[in-house]
Amino acid sequence: MSYSFAFLDEQSKRAVRRALLKAVALPGYQVPFVSRELPISYGWGTGGIQITCALLGREDVVKVIDQGADDSVNAVNIKRFLQRTAGVATTSVTAEATIIQTRHRIPEERLRADQILVLQVPYPEPLRLVEARETETRRMHAEADYGRMYVALYEDIVHHGEITLPWQYPAVVNSRYLMSPSPIPRFDNPKLHLADCLFLFGAGREKRVYAIPPHTPVASLAFEDYPFRAEAFPGRRCERCGSGDTYLDELILDESGRRGYQCSDTAFCLRRRQDPSVARGWGEASAPGTPRGAEA
Amino acid sequence: MPVLSVRDLGVTYTGGITGCADISFDVMPGEILGLVGESGSGKSTVLGAIALTTLATRGSALFQSPRRGPLKLFALNGQERRWLRQREIGLVHQNPRLVLNLDLTAGANIAEALLEADWRHYGKIRTRAAELLHRVEMDLARMDDVPRRFSGGMQQRVQLAKALANSPALLLLDEPTGGLDVSIQARLLDLIRELSRELGTAMLLVSHDLEVVRLLARRTLVMQRGRVVEAGLTDQILEDPQHPYTQLLVHSRLA
Repeated sequence: MSYSFAFLDEQSKRAVRRALLKAVALPGYQVPFVSRELPISYGWGTGGIQITCALLGREDVVKVIDQGADDSVNAVNIKRFLQRTAGVATTSVTAEATIIQTRHRIPEERLRADQILVLQVPYPEPLRLVEARETETRRMHAEADYGRMYVALYEDIVHHGEITLPWQYPAVVNSRYLMSPSPIPRFDNPKLHLADCLFLFGAGREKRVYAIPPHTPVASLAFEDYPFRAEAFPGRRCERCGSGDTYLDELILDESGRRGYQCSDTAFCLRRRQDPSVARGWGEASAPGTPRGAEA
Repeated sequence: MPVLSVRDLGVTYTGGITGCADISFDVMPGEILGLVGESGSGKSTVLGAIALTTLATRGSALFQSPRRGPLKLFALNGQERRWLRQREIGLVHQNPRLVLNLDLTAGANIAEALLEADWRHYGKIRTRAAELLHRVEMDLARMDDVPRRFSGGMQQRVQLAKALANSPALLLLDEPTGGLDVSIQARLLDLIRELSRELGTAMLLVSHDLEVVRLLARRTLVMQRGRVVEAGLTDQILEDPQHPYTQLLVHSRLA
């Protein structure tokens, strides 16, 4: 039995690309698309895989990350799937990849204009948190009626003195559409703002794609007197490379149950071990979240 | 100049059932206008049409918007309707449980109204919510408590505070004291009367209870089967009812 290049038939890939073009034209807007069956079930990255398959050419070099790591089971399996069905080269070096498919993280190393980041998204609708009806969330998007989204943030401050939402932290794209960067930690939210690369989001089960084109302003929700704040790890450093400015995972390190911290982005951790002076490169353009101003 | 001017309002529900017909009235600034009738008489239909939750099939309603000037209510699109509902036309429902989110704090329920009107400063929202809760005589210690743990009267106060959050030009009250016991009812009615005097907010009050209307409204419309059968000063209607239905209504009052 033989497959088309990159598994999906040409018509399906074209349909996905058409949806992606619309998504790029309307930054942050969720575009419905033909979510096809794949040899893995919905909820395991099928949205991201379909985008990657629709974009792949023979010259592409693919990197796949899961929980920040290149060598986790899902990442390896998806990489092998793309290798077998498209025959493309794969890498774990961020700078070498042309297409990076990811779940949970945006690489610590700043992406270039010739790179595309494809995110696998479980929950594309940020308003689902406050509204269960799809008809109603569509109306809210159409009218930019996002006031209720702030109620969740208000309650968070009432109960905890700050906004604690750890991931799926909603942001307004290009001063228009509210979008969920799910499932990245809010640590990665500032990377979406005025980036050089193209971000594509795919939700296979929910049959939605959306996009953040390069150089698009992205503002994480916040109050004027409670600005957006990314997680910090004060006083903690990666056990392996010594970084203090990356997103750290808490791990049990040995049989004695000793706990420690390690970079979640394994590829960047490796680079830092080889050269401790390597910069993340996201810092300069990362603007803090700003509240959506008064109605446009 | 009236805050609200309704002419020949008619609502026909799908299936051809008449909700109300030929309704005309004005609500003046600072006035409380009463709307009485038995259940099914069309009071709530009229209120719904003005609250823009029920579709008016006939007639017109001219609303004097403090921010946008005169507006023809029934000609507005969905977005404009929402804008008005969120800022200038407040609605207090008989059942606060349908309006409030019982699992969010009282403060958050009020904050929701402010956030929908583009307030984005947490400190200012807290101050305003506290001010409103104080105004409706709620204990501020309960501001960060959930309304699920409140009594019916307290829930109704929170709803009133939420409806007043953006200082609406017109407040629609749909049986605001229904389902409350008499002493709580009396305190809430006092509060509504005070608010009307202090804030000068025009109100349209729907009730089946003639006592409530007598206490609050200077002018009253009596409705039966979707039509206004009598209109005038509340005292006059209660002392000297002209229409047979009004006579029946007045005389069925418990003395």
